[in-house]
Amino acid sequence: MAVLDTAIDPRNPAYQENRDAMLERLTALGNALDLARAGGGERHVTRHHARGRLMPRERIDLLLDQDAPFLELSPVAGWHTDHPVGAGVVTGLGVVEGVECVIVAHDPTVRGGVLNPIALRKIERAGEIALANRLPLISLVESAGADLPAQAEAFVPGGSVLRDLARLSADRIPTVCVVFGDAVDMAAWLPGLSDYTVLVRAQAKVSVAGPRLVQEATGEVSDGEALGGAAMHATRSGLADFLAEDERDAVRLARRCLRRLNWRKLGPPPRTALAVPPKYDPEDLLAIPSADERGPFDPREVLARIVDGSDFDEFKSGYGPALVTGWAELHGYPVGVLANARGMLVSAEAQKAAQFIQLANASGTPLVFLQNASGLMTGAEFEQGGIVKHASAMMSAVATSAVPHLAVNMGAAHGAAAYAMSGRAMHPRFLFSWPNARAAALAPAQLTGVLTALARQAAEVKGQRYEEDFDRNLRMNVERQVDAQTAALFVSGRLHDDGVIDPRDTRTVLGLCLSAIHSGPVGGADRFGVFRM
Amino acid sequence: MIRRLLVANRGEIARRIFATCRLIGIETVAVYSDADADAPHVAEADYAVHLPGNAPTATYLRGDLILHAARKTGADAVHPGYGLLADNADFAAAVIDAGLTWVGAPPKAIALLTSRLESRALLADAGVPMLPAFGEPEHVPGFPVLVKADVGSGGRAMRIVRDPDTLSDAFAAVRREAAQLFGNGAALAEPYIERARHIEIPVIVDAAGGVITFGERECSIQRRYQKLIEETPSPAVAPGLRAELCTAATAVVRASGFVGAGAVEFLLTPSGEFFFLEMNTALQVEHATSECVSGFDLVRLQLLVAEGAPLPMNAPPPVRGHAIEVRLCAEDPAYAWLPSTGRLHRFHVPDVTGSFKPLPQPGLRLDTGVGDGSVVGIHYDSMLAKLVAWAPTRHEAARMLAAALTRSHVHGVVINRDLLVRVLRHPAFRSGNVDISFLDRHPEVFAPLLSSVDAVRVSCLAAALAGAAARRATSPVLATIPSGWRNVPSGAQITVYDGPAGPVEVGYRLERTGELAGWWVRAVDPEELDLAGLGAPPLTDDHPPVAVVAAAPDRVVLDVNGIRLAFGVHRVGDVSYVDSPEGSVALTELPRFPRPSELADGSLTAPLPGAIARVMVVPGQRVRAGDLLLTVESMMVEHPVHAPAAGVVASVPVQPGIHVAAGTLLAVLNPD
Repeated sequence: MAVLDTAIDPRNPAYQENRDAMLERLTALGNALDLARAGGGERHVTRHHARGRLMPRERIDLLLDQDAPFLELSPVAGWHTDHPVGAGVVTGLGVVEGVECVIVAHDPTVRGGVLNPIALRKIERAGEIALANRLPLISLVESAGADLPAQAEAFVPGGSVLRDLARLSADRIPTVCVVFGDAVDMAAWLPGLSDYTVLVRAQAKVSVAGPRLVQEATGEVSDGEALGGAAMHATRSGLADFLAEDERDAVRLARRCLRRLNWRKLGPPPRTALAVPPKYDPEDLLAIPSADERGPFDPREVLARIVDGSDFDEFKSGYGPALVTGWAELHGYPVGVLANARGMLVSAEAQKAAQFIQLANASGTPLVFLQNASGLMTGAEFEQGGIVKHASAMMSAVATSAVPHLAVNMGAAHGAAAYAMSGRAMHPRFLFSWPNARAAALAPAQLTGVLTALARQAAEVKGQRYEEDFDRNLRMNVERQVDAQTAALFVSGRLHDDGVIDPRDTRTVLGLCLSAIHSGPVGGADRFGVFRM
Repeated sequence: MIRRLLVANRGEIARRIFATCRLIGIETVAVYSDADADAPHVAEADYAVHLPGNAPTATYLRGDLILHAARKTGADAVHPGYGLLADNADFAAAVIDAGLTWVGAPPKAIALLTSRLESRALLADAGVPMLPAFGEPEHVPGFPVLVKADVGSGGRAMRIVRDPDTLSDAFAAVRREAAQLFGNGAALAEPYIERARHIEIPVIVDAAGGVITFGERECSIQRRYQKLIEETPSPAVAPGLRAELCTAATAVVRASGFVGAGAVEFLLTPSGEFFFLEMNTALQVEHATSECVSGFDLVRLQLLVAEGAPLPMNAPPPVRGHAIEVRLCAEDPAYAWLPSTGRLHRFHVPDVTGSFKPLPQPGLRLDTGVGDGSVVGIHYDSMLAKLVAWAPTRHEAARMLAAALTRSHVHGVVINRDLLVRVLRHPAFRSGNVDISFLDRHPEVFAPLLSSVDAVRVSCLAAALAGAAARRATSPVLATIPSGWRNVPSGAQITVYDGPAGPVEVGYRLERTGELAGWWVRAVDPEELDLAGLGAPPLTDDHPPVAVVAAAPDRVVLDVNGIRLAFGVHRVGDVSYVDSPEGSVALTELPRFPRPSELADGSLTAPLPGAIARVMVVPGQRVRAGDLLLTVESMMVEHPVHAPAAGVVASVPVQPGIHVAAGTLLAVLNPD
């Protein structure tokens, strides 16, 4: 037992200041989530309810086991884009009949549930998670198909979603599709490519094209019921495996499918069945990152509030102190942790990380990356010390490691340091951000500096005078833009992570993900690339 | 000397008699029906003999089988307990003829005293105050009158007649019922005295004619002429009246040649007059109250005098304090005393200080025929147990009894506990202002203890939170993740219960810390259950502020408006039994995904398990609303099933004699 100590003092004035700053960001997150929850707006939601139909989150709540948790993925996808927040689809990890599943539910109140490019990327990501972690996929369908005005962007990802359904099935990962309403155009293939289908009587309509398009294409006049009605599919076409009387009945039937899957997880169960919670209050996590985003913080304070019993066995604590490595358990699952302690990675840190990642692969232990990395150290001394070589080895280790990776951006993930810390490009199984986190190719200050320097250089090349006023204005504009585009909500809005989470939920989110990951086998890599030494 | 005693009875009284037998060295023999094979009275006897079947007429009322059992086991005495064969003179004679000791009154005395008409003249001559009785309707001079069977007991075949026009009908009905129930169709009418009290004098008489009277018992709290609460002494009896009552009781005993243990029952009018009602020739249910205040073991005395021994005392024992007994019955007072059957999942009364024998010092005595897991069937009396409080004063005894009842856990069958508590706490009861119409005059005692809207709501919430804790604890995955956790808070968790006042929906949402983020409890229309509960939670301000202190599957502690309250939650199948100091409630969780109903409209189902007694209609028959369609007999009471509306009977899939479970389809009516 190596129970972590804490130096966090709630009486410290900085504590309250930091906490207030975080709460403000959480309010902004809450506002974005409100937009996602509101679906197509009050008028559409009321009309939908009046027809006896449920909203996607209501369908999910009904589908899930009572009191089971649900982790919604990318809830703010589409934030600050041309598309609605949430993108008109809900995806997430939940438990149905004791089986951890990926659930995808269309929101028919958002433009009839049409699948815009963001929605398709969100669904694609859900399919990727289902495949990587061997999680059954349940689709709750009510969609008019692809977003035709945006068809250029929707065309290819639309097919990828269907490809994933087929691959899941081929990998013996069951897929269940419940059709609550229209499933036309691209959406018609969702039941077609799923293992089990449930169609709701007098609601579900599944057809390649709706009556209007059929008439246009062939001149044939047909009503929706004959073309794609649930009863027709249950008795004539055979597309429906189960005919449900209403929405609740459909959910019941879908649950029956899950119950009969005879599902067994392939990963090892938690090593400790009833994990001990951390010794320290997770509430403090709000006050650990500094309000001004610049001050570094000790990730051990974070670990002390997320790992079981605050028990953390640090590895190589005296070597490469800017990166903390060590072993812990999270909800009973053993994990290896890599956590940035100071912004910059140097050779020693990179070498330590490469070794640690190999150890985790040797023991088949999942890795948790707690990111707070503004970059790699530059300068002659560091280059001569082999920073490129060593950071390359770390990146290579991360890229070829086969144990599951979980990543949380606690503050910053910039440039090559983000890659080395299993950023999005490295395809960790899951990646979440705290509301204060930023992610970019360069740290925001450097990015601003580089962009303005480029402008100055361009002016010089053209022989133009470079006005200092112009420089000031440019700098301000660029700063504002960089500030906006590196912020957690913006990053998450573009699906560069799986969601922005409340820091207090970090332990819960990681626990949910670890358990989901263990649906599939968990093991280490049997080979790595050539590391430059 | 009795060596081995057969008790021709069941339930608590059999156990009571066995307890004294063990104490004084008499071996014991039990008899049991099919349903009672696992009953406590069988387990506690040295020997037990099976009486095949279940109906009392096939088992405990079969004197021949019981005598055969006595012979087979070598029993040399038979104790009838109370009820059943206790006042059957023929059986008493048969026991004596078989050469066995009969622990009861002489057959002649039983025969005489069980017929009201026959005993009248004799007792009037002995100076016992009697009400006039009229054997024919035309002789009745005034109203109201009570028309009742001449023989028989248990409050059956009786009715009050206030309207002269209905007298003949009442006589006819009572005669018919009496013939059916007691094999004797004689009926009589007595003046009905409004607001009379039921006072009785327990007696023990030895073979030599020694009579000991015990202090009077008051048994005025009655339902359907059956006693519910009994106490001694009576708050209405002063020493002078007591002496008169004892003198009259002694006169009854002497005139009738009674020997053994019994009780002479009187009506006490509001003006202080009293009249002989009848004599009960057996040990009574309420004997335990007399045992408390006298300190005597009445079963022991009864056995002694049956053996021919003289009574060990020659003066009534002094009365020490006050004792009150309640009868815990498996029936629902609020629903016309409908009997309740099923498995008694838990039967726990706290702080009991003794059972089946006189208490050495004031306290609580519980005599029960059932325990955890007992099955309460349809065949026998609904009384499960009796609870007696003995305290220095009446006030203390009532308080002690009410508190113990409130804290009791009785799960699985509906009992009359709440009504008993409300009576014991009623100001009229507390001031001693009781009479046999108490329950008619105080309908407020029929309200459940858990009656305030908030108390019911909070109990429902406790049940739901216990359910959540149980589901989390047994979840195969993610059991350590906070209950119902969401990163995007959406709806609430919903549980729908069928409660005493119809279906209620409980909604709750927890914080990541397990704190309650919001909750509601509301009545829901069972027809609209499928989509109810989704959409916006109707969180209203009228809910008391509640914080969760602890929530485990079997115990939930809530802070309600600044007051900490613990709720015991016992879940059996779909039913959660919630007990708290505020009262108890049984909540049946309705399925989250109900299957479409298979019952057609107009279906009538059995209100309780039992046997079909009579079927009055045939398919195709036109009926009016309220017409009697058929009857279900359960716990020796016939329950009518009426037409809810006018219409045509479509089908009657049952016949007389068949057994039906609660909810069995009895008839289908096509309403107009």
